[in-house]
Amino acid sequence: MVATVVVISGESDLLDVRSALRTAAERAGLRLTATTKLVTAGSELARNILRYATGGQGTVTIEECTTRAGRGVRAVFVDQGPGIADLDEVMRDGFSSGGSLGIGLPGSRRLVDEFTIDSMPGRGTTVVISQWDR
Amino acid sequence: MPDVVPIMRMGPDLLVTLQGDLDDRAVEQIEQEVTDQVARTSARAVLVDVSGLAVLDSFVARVLARLVSMVRLLGADATLVGISPAVAITLVELGVSLRHVNTALNAEQGMGRLRRLREGDASRWAGHDDRG
Ligand SMILES: Nc1ncnc2c1ncn2[C@@H]1O[C@H](COP(=O)(O)OP(=O)(O)OP(=O)(O)O)[C@@H](O)[C@H]1O
Ligand SMILES: [Mg+2]
Repeated sequence: MVATVVVISGESDLLDVRSALRTAAERAGLRLTATTKLVTAGSELARNILRYATGGQGTVTIEECTTRAGRGVRAVFVDQGPGIADLDEVMRDGFSSGGSLGIGLPGSRRLVDEFTIDSMPGRGTTVVISQWDR
Repeated sequence: MPDVVPIMRMGPDLLVTLQGDLDDRAVEQIEQEVTDQVARTSARAVLVDVSGLAVLDSFVARVLARLVSMVRLLGADATLVGISPAVAITLVELGVSLRHVNTALNAEQGMGRLRRLREGDASRWAGHDDRG
């Protein structure tokens, strides 16, 4: 299985992230709704990297995965930014340190079948999402 | 990024057709251009057709909601048309509220809504004439 890596370092990379996710979703046979949700969640996570990671740098690695439910797509968003001290806080609807709506993380979690976030303050943040057809 | 912002004039109205996948800058550029045109041409209504848009994430939704409020402040009516079922479900689960935004299923129904609004206006004015 080939993984696709997209570097996230500028606004225009959001388009690449979204199109790579869409391609992977279509290849894995996800239906339109599952695909749209995955692409939207990925767009939120990539935008967070641009906004909150130091220098706005990170990567997403996208690959097909097989679950009990069938074929799906897994995407791993990694950055070496400041990290997140309180994960419960940022996963709450409405929390934003950037004066925004604070729906990116909690909203993405609702859009995908699997969502894990891991962060080391001072080291960076990793978010893994997976989507398959329910 | 589109070189030409997809705005079409239809009588007193503007039809804005968003297509493909737009980056943040393009979305804000379109917002700017539409508000400018509404002011410059005294358009009465704006229909924003998003049916050709690949994704509508929280950023795009926020800019569109802001565009709608600005158009209203300029004295015109604004309707968002063409949200697909997949996009609708996604917006609801994401938690984006477009509560204050008029929506219609497609451009045709959006035009129908405008027509009804205008007929309503016309009969109100006719009523005034009767009394006067
Ligand atoms: N990659 C990241 N590195 C460091 N902090 C992050 C990262 N992603 C999110 N955060 C923190 O988590 C908070 C919540 O993120 P979330 O995406 O939910 O909301 P937001 O980006 O602030 O607003 P919105 O997504 O609604 O525009 C952010 O304000 C920021 O403090
Ligand atoms: Mg965010």
